Amino acid sequence: MMLFLMALGMLFTTLVLLGVAGFLVFAERRVLGFLQNRLGPNRLGPLGVGQALADALKLMSKENFVPDFADPVLYRTAPVLVAFSALASFAVVPLDHHFSWAGNWNIGLLFILAMSSLNAYGVFLGGWASGNKFSLLGAVRAVAQLVSYELPMGLALLGVVLLSGSLSLNGIVAAQNLPYIVLQPLGFVIFLIAGVAETHRLPFDLPEAESELVAGFNTEYGGMRFGYFFLGEYLGLTLIAVLTALLYLGGWHGPWLPGWIWLLIKTAAVIFVFFWLRATLPRPRYDQLMALGWKVLLPLALFNVLATALAAALWRLA
Amino acid sequence: MRVWRNISELGAGLWTTLRQLGRTSTVSYPEEPLNLPPRWRGRPVLTRDPDGDERCVACQLCSAVCPTRCIELQAGERPDTRRYPLTFRINFSRCIYCGLCEEACPTLAIQLLDEFAFSKEHHADFIYEKEALLIDGTGKHPHYNFYRHSGVALQDKDKGEGINEKTPVNVRSNLP
Repeated sequence: MMLFLMALGMLFTTLVLLGVAGFLVFAERRVLGFLQNRLGPNRLGPLGVGQALADALKLMSKENFVPDFADPVLYRTAPVLVAFSALASFAVVPLDHHFSWAGNWNIGLLFILAMSSLNAYGVFLGGWASGNKFSLLGAVRAVAQLVSYELPMGLALLGVVLLSGSLSLNGIVAAQNLPYIVLQPLGFVIFLIAGVAETHRLPFDLPEAESELVAGFNTEYGGMRFGYFFLGEYLGLTLIAVLTALLYLGGWHGPWLPGWIWLLIKTAAVIFVFFWLRATLPRPRYDQLMALGWKVLLPLALFNVLATALAAALWRLA
Repeated sequence: MRVWRNISELGAGLWTTLRQLGRTSTVSYPEEPLNLPPRWRGRPVLTRDPDGDERCVACQLCSAVCPTRCIELQAGERPDTRRYPLTFRINFSRCIYCGLCEEACPTLAIQLLDEFAFSKEHHADFIYEKEALLIDGTGKHPHYNFYRHSGVALQDKDKGEGINEKTPVNVRSNLP
């Protein structure tokens, strides 16, 4: 009985997350439209919300095909890997102090980093297995991007871990009497930049790069397999936004309103920043991104970790 | 410092996009009315004089000038010798809305007004007859009345009695 209820709960969580991802696709188009002097999709349903449902229905009703020249097994595995890793990460994300699946798990942050690496595998394998030049280039870029942002990202998170003394998200939020954005401004900026790269979103959407690589790693994908990639991308975006809110913006801490509403507000604000960046910034070359990752972000992140550790040690001594 | 300049430029870009929030250049057309320019060329119509008579005098100039030859009419004459079109037919599946008919028209009868959104299921439905073309109003030129200007004698007006018209010169005499 307990197991059944848990399975039901997990199914519900998954469906809610998928709904959120679907809604975000619509919300992004709308917000992007407003930022670019347009209206965005506003025809279907109130304010155009029905567009999300229509897009989902369209993707689901399309033919499920595998191109002749693709590696069939990997081609089928990659989208599932992307969607799965993004979904699985949410297991450790708490909505409130005691409202999560594994918010107390003492390797929560590590788990998320591991899953994000798995996500990169999905993107890479998808591009590789497609057997298409553009996809391969996208895959290569995904890997090049991965090696340049993962290190600064992990190091930026290390600052948070040093301060809170915990790897579980519950513990990190509980330790934030002051939001860590105040104590870790540099870490916050590094994490945000690395987060944009991590989710393959503009300005760092190099693996996809519609204008140069057609659609990069998912050129050969269609129907619901493409939908999985899409879901994975938007779930990853939500994940990074939630993480930013939890790790740097004080999570569910806030006056007057209940905690989970605070978390949602903060997450939505971060997501808006993502949309806003997309509406504004052009895409750099991928050697520029790598240069930024290795020559700027990595030294800065190392400095951040050292400074945090020193400050924490001095604090303890005093 | 280059870094600071780059960061401030990033900020300027972000501010530029943020300022656009809530503005839009899009007109939600069927719900919001369009603001058409005054010289917009829509569907040609036949207009009337301020006193309600048809302006068209069936001179065939529009039909002659039409590059797609979509205008066809037959001339008739009223008892008071004023000419009018017996039939007037425009095939709108061929009309290209160039406006040459309007320019050619000596009486300002045919005018391209602001109707532009009309679609039909069959080509035959695009052939408009005179009843569908003739409107009750005066169109773009509310006070113009060709016969009140022209040097033609009408039942209630002799030559030289029109607007801005001088009395005709006696061609039999050389005296001023």
